[in-house]
Amino acid sequence: MAQAFTKAMARNIFYGGTGFFFLVLLALTFQTHQEWPELDNRQAINDVVTLGKQVWEDNNCVGCHSLLGEGAYFAPELGNVYLRFGESTDAIKGFIASRPVEGIPGRRSMPQFNLSEEELTAIAEFLKYVAGINTAGWPPNIKG
Amino acid sequence: MKYESQKVAKLYFIAAIGLFVGQILFGLIMGMQYVVGDFLFPEIPFNVARMVHTNLLIVWLLFGFMGASYYLVPEEAETELFAPWLAYLMFWIFLAAGAATVLAYLLVPYATLAEVTMNHLLPTMGREFLEQPTITKIGIVIVVLAFLFNIGMTILKGRKTVVSLVLLMGLTGLAVFFLFAFYNPTNLVMDKYYWWWVVHLWVEGVWELILGAILAFILIKTTGVDREVIEKWLYIIIAMTLITGIVGMGHHYYWIGTPEFWQWWGSIFSALEPIPFFMMTVYAFNMVNRRRRNHPNKVAVLWALGTAVMAFLGAGVWGFLHTLAPVNYYTHGTQITAAHGHMAFYGAYVMIVLGMISYSMPLMRGRELCNSVRSQSLEMWSFWLMTISMVFITLFLTAAGILQVYLQRFSDNPMDFMVVQDKIALFYWLREITGLIFLIGLIVYIASFFIGQDEPEATVEPLK
Repeated sequence: MAQAFTKAMARNIFYGGTGFFFLVLLALTFQTHQEWPELDNRQAINDVVTLGKQVWEDNNCVGCHSLLGEGAYFAPELGNVYLRFGESTDAIKGFIASRPVEGIPGRRSMPQFNLSEEELTAIAEFLKYVAGINTAGWPPNIKG
Repeated sequence: MKYESQKVAKLYFIAAIGLFVGQILFGLIMGMQYVVGDFLFPEIPFNVARMVHTNLLIVWLLFGFMGASYYLVPEEAETELFAPWLAYLMFWIFLAAGAATVLAYLLVPYATLAEVTMNHLLPTMGREFLEQPTITKIGIVIVVLAFLFNIGMTILKGRKTVVSLVLLMGLTGLAVFFLFAFYNPTNLVMDKYYWWWVVHLWVEGVWELILGAILAFILIKTTGVDREVIEKWLYIIIAMTLITGIVGMGHHYYWIGTPEFWQWWGSIFSALEPIPFFMMTVYAFNMVNRRRRNHPNKVAVLWALGTAVMAFLGAGVWGFLHTLAPVNYYTHGTQITAAHGHMAFYGAYVMIVLGMISYSMPLMRGRELCNSVRSQSLEMWSFWLMTISMVFITLFLTAAGILQVYLQRFSDNPMDFMVVQDKIALFYWLREITGLIFLIGLIVYIASFFIGQDEPEATVEPLK
């Protein structure tokens, strides 16, 4: 680097640039909060969905599945599973409830989580709520 | 080693390496489950193995960062550590909490763990990388605050250098942004949005300051290049890191229920994120070429150059591959992400910690400057075994990812997720075999601490 470019200048670029772009991030975050009511399907959130998210978290579902593309890539995407299962919460409940305890020989299998009827309903309603989030057209198709 | 209290780092590094072994073993278990689906089922389901794999990575890197700080800061500040006893105390608390958490993952169902740790009081569990029980998270905060206090007080009472200041800023950021782990609204979009303030602002933000500071320290010590020059580079690199990386967080905000303007902000800024990594590569080689001395610890220099190159490839190039919104539309949440994650973490963070260990461990074990030729050449073998394995793991996962994207999302007749997984199994097998070679590299690495220890130190021709 040329001698004209001093350490003090580099330091000022660091502090100035970091401060400025952190403010940009805050401004964009503010704008994001403004637009969320139109996008995040918050009107669908109720006590059942809240319980559903708790069931989702308490069983570490994200340890195998992705949800809106985030999580693990060992098992199918679930952000649109409600749509993939023909908009049927019963189909989701039936699938989760019927997982074999000892798995399937040689193949990946979802564990049997022994969820109660209330929890099954809640997780299905949670996944229905997620399917209603505006994700800018992602995933590209129903396969997730 | 100039100050007695620097020795605190030794314990931290030993723990880091031990947990690293655990991380790799669970990585191999997961890799096996990718191809033999019922491997260890239902005793160790995939989600448990993954939690152990990723959490051990985070914890051992934190041990590494802490050890590096305890070694580096007294030397930079030219004073003993403020409170060595606190560093020892926090070490045992952190290790006990970490071990208890990992054992709990393995021994009880996750839902039971959530229940007994009363997750419902302040639900923070069950989110990727933040799976730790809330009580463990609080423990992490306490340990990190005590550590920051210790490091901060040491810097305050001693010489204040740019290296230790940048390190302190990185560590403070680490502590501050971790607090977002405690924010978990039911609104999934808001949950995800602020989850990234921990994950992205850590690994693509403040952790890079820590990386930069440690690398600068190693380069100052091994090349003898004027501190002023290195500090100028450090400032400009971390400036570019945060100028691109803060708004670059937008590349996580394309498809999670966030406004579409993020596709522009995220694409443009994150496309620039490779620049600081490229600069880091140029700088590391430049400093070594302009060295004023030949340092006999050649393997430490190798790690320093290696981390610069591999961070550029893994974080920079492999990140850029899928960071533009129109590309990410197809690659989001596929093996492409996994490929990038593996090489980026290895290149940027694993290698810098191993580099710091490589530089400082011989000194803490009573050597004057470095290990014997025998130990060093063994460690160089481990460097190449692990690094080349990681390159191939990344290439195989990238191949798997490209096929996955095509078969599942791009072709005229998209297939189901599980059908596609079967079709790309060959690449998962190759990844697993390469993972075994990585493990061999790690075993050689550990062997290098024991073999050749009774031989004299390596020497080197003075620079003409």
